[in-house]
Amino acid sequence: MVSKDSAGHLIILPQLREVLLTVGVVFGFASLLLIIAGAPPLEAYYHLFLGSLSSWVKFTHVVKVWIPLTLCACGLLFTFRIGLWNIGVEGQVMIGSVFTTWVLRAGGDSPDMGPVFIVLSLAAAALGGALWAAVAGFLKTKGGVNEIFAGLGLNFVAQGIVLWLIFGPWKQPGVASMSGTETFPATLWLNAPALLRIPPVALALVVAALVATGLMLRYTRIGLDLKAVGRNPGAAFLYGLKPSRLMVLAMLFAGGFAGLAGNLQVTAVYHRLIPAISSNYGYLALLVVMLANYNIWLVAPVAFFFACLNVGSIQLPMMLQLDSSLGGVIQGALVLATLGMHGWRRIKQTQAEGHAVPSPGKL
Amino acid sequence: MTELDVSIIIAGVIAGAAPIVLAVIGETITEKAGLINLSLDGSILLAAMASFVVALKADSLLAGFVAGALVGAAVAAAVAVFSIFLRQNQVAVGFVLTLLTRDLAYFLGNPYSRLQGPQTAPVPIPGLDQIPFLGPVLFNHPLPVYFSVVLIGVCWWYLYRTSPGLKLRAVGENPKAAYARGINPWNVQVFYAVCGGLLVGLSGATFALCTKPGWGRPQGAEGTGWIALALVIFGGWHPLKAAIGAYLFSFLQLMGIYFQGWLPAVPSQVFQVAPFPLMIFTLLIMSLAQNESVRRWAAQHGRAAALLRFLSGMAPASLGRPFRPD
Repeated sequence: MVSKDSAGHLIILPQLREVLLTVGVVFGFASLLLIIAGAPPLEAYYHLFLGSLSSWVKFTHVVKVWIPLTLCACGLLFTFRIGLWNIGVEGQVMIGSVFTTWVLRAGGDSPDMGPVFIVLSLAAAALGGALWAAVAGFLKTKGGVNEIFAGLGLNFVAQGIVLWLIFGPWKQPGVASMSGTETFPATLWLNAPALLRIPPVALALVVAALVATGLMLRYTRIGLDLKAVGRNPGAAFLYGLKPSRLMVLAMLFAGGFAGLAGNLQVTAVYHRLIPAISSNYGYLALLVVMLANYNIWLVAPVAFFFACLNVGSIQLPMMLQLDSSLGGVIQGALVLATLGMHGWRRIKQTQAEGHAVPSPGKL
Repeated sequence: MTELDVSIIIAGVIAGAAPIVLAVIGETITEKAGLINLSLDGSILLAAMASFVVALKADSLLAGFVAGALVGAAVAAAVAVFSIFLRQNQVAVGFVLTLLTRDLAYFLGNPYSRLQGPQTAPVPIPGLDQIPFLGPVLFNHPLPVYFSVVLIGVCWWYLYRTSPGLKLRAVGENPKAAYARGINPWNVQVFYAVCGGLLVGLSGATFALCTKPGWGRPQGAEGTGWIALALVIFGGWHPLKAAIGAYLFSFLQLMGIYFQGWLPAVPSQVFQVAPFPLMIFTLLIMSLAQNESVRRWAAQHGRAAALLRFLSGMAPASLGRPFRPD
């Protein structure tokens, strides 16, 4: 990203300059907060690093966060492409977990059939997530209900369903508790080799998702159609595309990927259904995609960085008596600063073209 | 149920609804001007944290409420500036701010968790509080609760009976026409975003200093912002109907404690979900009511027509679409 101008001086491309400025502003802000909280900033950053990347075990924890985050982000690329704000992704993860638990409960009594039930649960999870997304999709296209409010509403309904199942029909023998349903036998876990500590199936899934999303959006008719509708629904309609059908299709993809993320939360991480099964990864994935500027190449690294922040900040309460939400603050501030930077660039552009810019002054 | 029980329940509903009413009215004002402040769930928490800490340190409830209101206004101003002047998607900005302000509240509030802080005391209104039944129900509350009740009427009067209220609605419905009439839609939207934000901030302060006194993770205000956003829609962007929604929700919450006795298997969190299917249902009805054949069908079914009329509020026509002169 560094090149030389005609005189041979090093110049940094404006985009890199913006990125550096954004990062600088955010870490300045975070450092200020740390000073207010009475903690030395550099030490806090060092602990964030130690907590996430200093050992193989910690790295595998990061990867276990990165996987569902990337899966959700892949799905969101489809919905963003057509101009939908699929905030319901959080609920789609939860329903994926619910469908997974439902299938695995049926497989609890037959230990040798474990792999079969795990495969079935993956299919069920994708189906469940897609169904939940389809509800929001149809509410949008048939019912005229904004997808943001439909999605938000469905998130809370999904949370209600999870809680009801944990405390009602699927409660632990004896007493229901917030710790979730009974843990599944190890035959129903997604196995990880002792050294790797990450299920290869999960890794394969996320790589497949990234490749499939990239190929579909770039090289297939569907990808092109989604983009056409997202850019100009009216014109796309005149060209014979069916925006409603494509919107539902995009929602199905997003829900399917989110459902898979929900499956891995059960089969690879918690081995049971817990109230916070989605771990806010759906909401976080929205931030990932925004920070990646809807670019699939950036989704995986940004998701990895976010995962590092999530895992690293778990150390903060123990080491520095800080709240672990510092990671979330940095994530949010990065996205906000990036949005601000985009806006600033746009204003400069508009002014350069000689158009009026909104100003707070009198008319 | 004895008369005493009923009066305690009604008083509890009115007191419990106070912060929700404040947030709902604040958001209604902002959305009536055409701007969505999606950040409520986080800004309420940040305001709650700020008001608790300031009230504790300054040993002044007033300072706490002022701090809370200012925090709410600042977050709302950020939404307005990003969406109007920096031309960013206001939903995106609001959503990011929701998560950011929530985490900020937990991070900065951490040292003040579970501390004993100041809290408002009931202020009986002399004379009126002696009226049987009505006295304890209406006239023996802390000041923020009175304020929340009065605010509903004031907001309705301002929106529908004053000239600035008319301008506010004009900008929300048709900013181009308002612009042609010499109103600067940007100024109006920023102004009412900040006004709405002040009330949202007061909602947070009311949580931390009155309804659920104290600070912690969780504080107890979590989720209220989303509920308030749902109730604004449920109320069809009308302050009175939105406030009714808030009282209904407060009633449900209180009843949840009773329900729990009957249905011990169902955790109280499940009852918290109730407003959301209602919100979706309301939006669906509103959209269906635009359909001619649905209206004709409803006209022949008395009950359906009544339901349609009750829920037929319309979103401000340019809600969420910032004004661009071209």
